[in-house]
Amino acid sequence: MKAMSPIVRTMTGLLFAPIFLFGAYIILHGHLTPGGGFQGGAIIATGMALFLVAFGSERWRKKLLSILESTGLMAFVSIGFLGIVGGLFLYNFLAGTGSPIFGQEIAGMAGYAHPNSAPLLSSGTVALLNMFVGLEVVSGLTLIVVTLGLFAFSGKEDD
Amino acid sequence: MDWSLLYDAIHVVILLGIVAASVLVVRMKDLVSAAVALAAASLLLSLEFFILQAPDVAIAEAAVGAGLTTAIYIFAIKGTRRREEY
Repeated sequence: MKAMSPIVRTMTGLLFAPIFLFGAYIILHGHLTPGGGFQGGAIIATGMALFLVAFGSERWRKKLLSILESTGLMAFVSIGFLGIVGGLFLYNFLAGTGSPIFGQEIAGMAGYAHPNSAPLLSSGTVALLNMFVGLEVVSGLTLIVVTLGLFAFSGKEDD
Repeated sequence: MDWSLLYDAIHVVILLGIVAASVLVVRMKDLVSAAVALAAASLLLSLEFFILQAPDVAIAEAAVGAGLTTAIYIFAIKGTRRREEY
């Protein structure tokens, strides 16, 4: 698969960081604002597709992407099973405990003008689940696009 | 001023744009142009979702519909022929 012109490659280099940053923002603020793991992951995967189209490298580490996808899914299910300690599958055992990891207490919603203005670290396990869904969606969609792209350009299916 | 009229007008413009882009997708003989027209229809659809106050769906539609689907269609077209023959 051939790389595109220097103009396209330069613009891709400039645009990739903002796309990645916006996707990460959508994932990390998934519990406060519209969006979440899937939406942010799809945005980052769009950046990856842009990268693939512009540079056209053959050397994508598909094994690494596959491992990352499995890791995201396993971590999601593990957090779900950790919730059984609190009584239920996917029980939010971190929320409101005051732990530094997403456990900040919300002293009633009355102090906040809008539900979306709650503290970033107050969601319990929801933010962690969003991150792992994001990891899984990024690697999964990138793997799909890379596999299809390399197959379309080389005409042969590798490993 | 009555803002609901403006609201309806924006709806009509966007929906007509979706119909126009979809007609272009069917009529175009150049398949890459058809894929781009499909991306435009998808983008207008995500705008419509946003106006209907579903920003969550709008983000997903914009990312998947306008970005990834277009890339996948263009890869598929690269694997075959660019022009439709009849």
